[in-house]
Amino acid sequence: MSIQVERWGTRVGLVLAVAGNAVGLGNFLRFPAQAVQNGGGAFIIPYLVSFILMGIPMLWVEWAIGRRAGRYGHHSSPGALDVLSSGRMWKYIGVFGIFTNLTVAAYYSYIESWTLAYVWYSMTGTFSGMSATQVSDFFSWYLGSDQGLLSFSAPAVLFFAVTLGINLWILSRGLRRGVELASKIGMPILIVFGIFLAVRALTLEAGEHGAMFDAVVGLNFLWTPQFDSLANPKIWLAAAGQIFFTLAVGLGSIHCYASYVRERDDIALNASAAGWTNEFVEIILGSSIIIPIAVAYLGLDWLQDNVGFEMGFRTMPTLFEQWGAVFSTLAGVAWFGLLFFAGITSSLAMGQPVLAFLQDELRVSRNHSVIVFGVAVVMLALPCVLLYNGGAFAEFDYWAGTFSLVVFALAEVILFAWVFGMDKGWEEITRGADMRVPKLFRYVIQYVTPMILLFVFLGALFSPMDGDWSAAVASLFAGEGWPLAADSVIGSVLHIGIEDTRWFIDGEVTRTFIIDMTRLLLLGTFFSIAVAVYFAFGRRDRRIIQEKES
Amino acid sequence: MTRSALITLLITWGIVVFMVVRLFVRVLRKPLEKEKE
Repeated sequence: MSIQVERWGTRVGLVLAVAGNAVGLGNFLRFPAQAVQNGGGAFIIPYLVSFILMGIPMLWVEWAIGRRAGRYGHHSSPGALDVLSSGRMWKYIGVFGIFTNLTVAAYYSYIESWTLAYVWYSMTGTFSGMSATQVSDFFSWYLGSDQGLLSFSAPAVLFFAVTLGINLWILSRGLRRGVELASKIGMPILIVFGIFLAVRALTLEAGEHGAMFDAVVGLNFLWTPQFDSLANPKIWLAAAGQIFFTLAVGLGSIHCYASYVRERDDIALNASAAGWTNEFVEIILGSSIIIPIAVAYLGLDWLQDNVGFEMGFRTMPTLFEQWGAVFSTLAGVAWFGLLFFAGITSSLAMGQPVLAFLQDELRVSRNHSVIVFGVAVVMLALPCVLLYNGGAFAEFDYWAGTFSLVVFALAEVILFAWVFGMDKGWEEITRGADMRVPKLFRYVIQYVTPMILLFVFLGALFSPMDGDWSAAVASLFAGEGWPLAADSVIGSVLHIGIEDTRWFIDGEVTRTFIIDMTRLLLLGTFFSIAVAVYFAFGRRDRRIIQEKES
Repeated sequence: MTRSALITLLITWGIVVFMVVRLFVRVLRKPLEKEKE
C-alpha cells in the first residue's frame, strides 16, 4: 500500500501550526504560577537566558532532526532518531516521542474539555449570581471530585467526548486541510481574545467594579527585577523547566511537523518565528491576564498562597462576574475560548506523530490510524477521568508530561551533537536557512544546551525539600544525608512523604495503589510501543533486503 | 508602577515584539518551495 506524502500548504500555516503546538494552557496557567512562585521579577531574567541558550537551540535541533527524517520517509521520532545513527537502539529512545504524545494527549484533551465546558457555562450564564465559594465548588462538582478516590461526572465525560471527537475529526482531514487550517483559524482567535482580556485587565483600577487594588500592582510584582535572587539555583531550574515545557521540546511533535518540510526549505527561520510567537503569547499575554486581575480583586498575598493551575477555573469566573452581565459573559468566553484554542492546537500536534507512526511504520491507513489513536486515548484517559482524585491524572502529568520530556530532549541533543556530529548537524540546521544563524550557537548546541538539560534532569531527579539547594548541600556535608523532596523523581518512586504505603486498608484500595497501578500502566504503554517499533522496523528491514535481492 | 518594573517590562516586551514582527515579515516574504511552484 502506498502512502501519499503530505506537505504543508503555506509557510504561515506551518509556523502557526508549530507555534500553536507550543502555545498551550501552560502559557496562561503555568507561566504565571511559576513566575509568582519564583519571585516575580527575579524569574524573568533566567527565563530569557534559558530561552536563548536552551529553547531556541533545541528548536533548531528538533527541526533539523525532523526535516532529515522526512527525507527518509519517517514522520515520527523512532524513525527520525534511527536515521541519525547506525546504532540500532536509538529508535527505542524515539519511543518516547510516541509515548509522551499519546499519554499526554489523553490527559491534556481532558483538560481541554474543561475549557470547552466552561465556554458553554459562561455563554449560558451559569456563574451568574454565584458566590466565590459556589464557583469554586462548581469546579469540584464538574470533575466529580467530591466522591472519594473515584470521580465521575456526566458533564465532564460528555464534554471530553465532544473535545476528543473534534480533535479526531480535524486529524482525519489530514495535515493541510486539518491541522494547518485549524491553526490558521485558532491562533489568530486566541491572540485576539488574549489582547481583549489583557487590555481589560491592565486598565482595572482600584474601586472600579469592586477591585481592591490597581492591576498594575500585579505587574509591579512580576516585572520588578530582584537581582539578588539570581544566585538561587531553584529559580534557574524553574525558569529552565518552564522554557522547556512551553516550547514543547522533548515531545516529538516538532520532529513530526518538521518532517513535512522539503529538504531545500528553511527551518532556522521557521523555528525561530514559532519560538518567538510562543514567547509573545506567554510573556506579553500570559503575564497580563490572570495575575493583574487576581491581584486587583484578591491582593498579592492571596495570589502567592493560591496561585496554580485550577485557579483559572475556580476563581476567574467569579472575578469576571464583577464586570456586569454582558461583559462577564464576553470575558468568560474569551478566557476559556483562548484556553480551548491554545489546548486544541497543542493536542492536534500530539495526535499527528502517533498517526504518522501508524501510517509510516505500521502501514495503517489514515482513517484507521485515527480510530486506533482515538481508542488508545480513550483507554488511557479513563484512569485520568475516573481516578482524578486518586492521583492518576497527576501521575500521567508527572511521568509522561514532565519527566519523559526531559529524558528525551537530553538523549536527542546528545545524539544530534555528539553521535550524529556537530559538523553534519550544523549543516542540517543552516541548509536553506532564510536567516543568518550565529555561529556561536554551534558551540551552544554542542556544550551549553546539553549541560543545561543535564542540570534540569539532575534537578528533577534530586530536587531537595522546599527547593532549597543550599540547605540540602549543607545537610549532606553535615552527614545528615540529602533531604529529597517528595516531588523529586527519586522521592516519587520511593513514596517519600507518604506515611502509609499499603495498597489496601480494611479491604479498600488506597491512593498508593492507584498511583502504583498508574505507573505500571504507563510503563506497559511504553513497552507496548517499543514492541510495535521492534516489529515495524524488523518488517521494514526485511522489505529493504527483499527489494535489494530482487 | 515602579520605574524599575516599567523599564524591565518595556525592554522585555520591546524585544519580544521586535523579534516576532521581524521574523514574521521575513516568513511572509519568503514562501515555501511548494508555494513558489
